[in-house]
Amino acid sequence: MSSHYEAPIRKPLIEGDKSYHDITVDIARPIETPPNKDWWIAFSIALMAFLWGVGCIAYTIGTGIGAWGLNKTVGWAWDITNFVWWVGIGHAGTLISAVLLLFRQKWRMGINRSAEAMTIFSVIQAGLFPIIHMGRPWLAYWMFPIPNQFGSLWVNFNSPLLWDIFAISTYLTVSLVFWWTGLLPDFAMIRDRAVKPFQKKIYSLISFGWTGRAKDWQRFEEVSLVLAGLATPLVLSVHTIVSMDFATSVIPGWHTTIFPPYFVAGAIFSGFAMVQTLLIIMRKVSRLESYITLQHIELMNIIIMITGSIVGCAYITELFIAWYSGVEYEQFAFLNRATGPYWWAYFFMMTCNVVSPQIMWFKKLRTSIIVSFVISIVVNIGMWFERFVIIVTSLHRDFLPSSWTMFSPTFIDIGIFIGSIGFFFVLFLLYARSFPVIAQAEVKSILKSSGENYKKLRDNHE
Amino acid sequence: MNKNNLHVLFDDDDILLDAIKKIKEKKYHINEVYTPFPVHGLDKALGLKPTRISILTFIYGCIGFTIAVLMMNYIMIVDWPQNIGGKPSFSFIENMPAFVPIMFEMTVFFAAHLMVLTFYMRSRLWPFKKAENPNPLTTDNMFLIDMESGDNLNKLKVFLKKTGAVSIEVIEKDDNEK
Repeated sequence: MSSHYEAPIRKPLIEGDKSYHDITVDIARPIETPPNKDWWIAFSIALMAFLWGVGCIAYTIGTGIGAWGLNKTVGWAWDITNFVWWVGIGHAGTLISAVLLLFRQKWRMGINRSAEAMTIFSVIQAGLFPIIHMGRPWLAYWMFPIPNQFGSLWVNFNSPLLWDIFAISTYLTVSLVFWWTGLLPDFAMIRDRAVKPFQKKIYSLISFGWTGRAKDWQRFEEVSLVLAGLATPLVLSVHTIVSMDFATSVIPGWHTTIFPPYFVAGAIFSGFAMVQTLLIIMRKVSRLESYITLQHIELMNIIIMITGSIVGCAYITELFIAWYSGVEYEQFAFLNRATGPYWWAYFFMMTCNVVSPQIMWFKKLRTSIIVSFVISIVVNIGMWFERFVIIVTSLHRDFLPSSWTMFSPTFIDIGIFIGSIGFFFVLFLLYARSFPVIAQAEVKSILKSSGENYKKLRDNHE
Repeated sequence: MNKNNLHVLFDDDDILLDAIKKIKEKKYHINEVYTPFPVHGLDKALGLKPTRISILTFIYGCIGFTIAVLMMNYIMIVDWPQNIGGKPSFSFIENMPAFVPIMFEMTVFFAAHLMVLTFYMRSRLWPFKKAENPNPLTTDNMFLIDMESGDNLNKLKVFLKKTGAVSIEVIEKDDNEK
């Protein structure tokens, strides 16, 4: 027992009187029982939204990008807003699984699996938008440096858009193998419990024949640690490069050196909000309150508060630097952002992202599930507006007043966005019924140090 | 001489570690240990050598970095140097800052994927691979030691019971195998 000591001041991360077998049973339950009516209702809604999105995408590809509300002045709008929003959401998954692993934070173990799933599903949504935006998505492979017959016309490695291709593809694939490697022991657990032959076959296939030999575990832990070490700078680089799509341009409002850290903080902020939204529902529906505890929710709220404040600092720094730079174009861009025709978007961004997370300073509010849920939704809306503000307000008043205009989305723009949310939830709902949603092998390894029953046992001995 | 295999089940990781120490002291041979989760100190108790996979990963990363440098040098500088946006591409060193993001991404890409592939190959994990754990409970809550029985089976059984084993199963080796 001595090797499992943890300071009594730390709150338990696994509530109730759980044994190793109880953890197995609790985590296998959602997979082994048929989904209830609520799941089917949620799934049908998500599927309908997804299909609506597919229709809108088909229409866009059939008629061209003119189906969107873009015009000569505002050439980037909802598409890129959605792209950055989804990529940002993805970042929390890697942060939870990689950065918190390096910092040896045990509380990540209750939430890392779902957060990583969210990463992968949201990066898929993100990837959709630039590909549709190409207009001819069947030529998407032209983005890769493939020897070709066009006079050997290569891609431009000076372009941040190309950096993005490499960053996002690396991020998606590395996150996927990180997730899957962690899943092997848990799939094996489901496989060894399965009674239905078909289920057994599927889980045998996807668990890659994992058996849990001592040497395998040794390698497994080393691989997880090194992957975490690689994924940590990777996740920072991905949103840095996304921000460079804007920061390396010469457009006032985009051309700012603060963008990389500011975007990364914003990404973590919005990602944690999305994890919060998903897990508050999932812990209730899948009866996982013992593993995703109020302590987890509170810690996530604290991160939301901190990153929200960093983002707030960045907003204010931007305003200050615009004034301090003495560049009139910069000054106009930021003044116009806050007081111009899109003032309401700026106002939404400021209240949702800077003001709303500040209520987490109060212990009573950050330990309330309802408040956490509401704030997480508010933050997600706010972060969408942040990207919209950066992209559209910087473009709609360009250097020639004769081309000044406004952007209004068509129903196709809205449809594709709703479709991507639908697609995300279709994937997540399927995941919640077929994957072990908590890294049970890892949770078992902290049961003796952080389980409520074991902590009580130790307290009584002292 | 009777050389059977024993499958000894434990239901607790601390008892397992103590038992392994005692078994090792008595000089019995342990073939394999199966656990449902990573038990800290198990590799040391068994005397497993540290894994060298992170050294390989470093090499994989260097390969990725080199490929990125060579690729971008060939494409942007050697094959068709162009003047894009007033930033001519005539020398690698001068253009290098623009190549840093992709050098980094390719280093990570190669290091991560080749490391995971190496892990899967070395630990024999791939689709359609049949699981070889002797008892399905070892992915749930049981810990299994697969060991050789030695000469005196009854004495060993008493000894193992004393170390905290929950059940001991004797696996008779086929005569054909001998």
